[in-house]
Amino acid sequence: MYRVDARSVVAPPAGAGRSLHRFANPGQFMRLSGMVVPWLATGALVLTAIGLVWGLFFAPADWQQGDAVRIMYVHVPAAWLASAGYAALAICSALSLVWRHPLADLAAVEIGPVGAGFTALCLATGSLWGKPMWGAWWVWDARLTSVLVLFFLYLGHIALVRAFDDPVRGYRAGAILALIGAVDLPIIKFSVDWWNTLHQPDTITLTGAPHMYIGMLWPLLFSTLGYTLAFAAIVLTRTRAAVMERRIRGLLMARASAQEPG
Amino acid sequence: MDHLTYIAASYALGVLIPGALAISAFLRVGTARRRLAAVDTRSRRGAMR
Repeated sequence: MYRVDARSVVAPPAGAGRSLHRFANPGQFMRLSGMVVPWLATGALVLTAIGLVWGLFFAPADWQQGDAVRIMYVHVPAAWLASAGYAALAICSALSLVWRHPLADLAAVEIGPVGAGFTALCLATGSLWGKPMWGAWWVWDARLTSVLVLFFLYLGHIALVRAFDDPVRGYRAGAILALIGAVDLPIIKFSVDWWNTLHQPDTITLTGAPHMYIGMLWPLLFSTLGYTLAFAAIVLTRTRAAVMERRIRGLLMARASAQEPG
Repeated sequence: MDHLTYIAASYALGVLIPGALAISAFLRVGTARRRLAAVDTRSRRGAMR
């Protein structure tokens, strides 16, 4: 266990994974993220605006679903980020458990609320899409239920990392929960293949051609990329704030211990 | 446009939720920067005494 002091925010503990620490120590992170965040935020605003306006006003309606298909330009990026965000949380948790990386702890804590927000967005827009198409706000379908479990995993992680007086114990407990919860990701991905569900199967895959009209695919790609950049910008900004808050606590503790008599 | 209410609600949420997360993150980093500057200055002054 390492102590949280003024030095720990700029110098991670020595030991295994030293090269990783060299490239991702908090000081280096603050410099790099300070340069990257403005570009990410600008790109996110531009691409999301293009994707959403294109999807809302210029993309064609679906022959079966009509204009309700336009909900896809919000729902699909949110669904992608719900899963990708949790994968990032699990990776940070692994880095935290294996290399005791202080920045990975902070990043994992900050990914949680952002991932939960996007998962809530995915569930809400899915519900708004389901009502006119299926006639129900919610069905206990395998895809919907597994995403709801993901939302609860995010909430559990948020609560667990803040439940201990010693933050390091909270980080460890949260990391274990995040790694165990990662089993939900393949269940979400393959739920539409493994079970008979109301939810449609994948339209876009990495290996095959998309089963979607190109006039709908382009705005979807724009909004997905835009939301992804926004997710990254928000997480990096929150992590920057967390690094600074940790440094403030370290300085205050160092000052308090220096003022102690004897 | 059919199902306009559902579409409008989805787009509103699609702007509001990420927007709220972004604004809170930028406010938080601004507050942390100001507090750090204040604490850092006081610590340096204390060290010089």
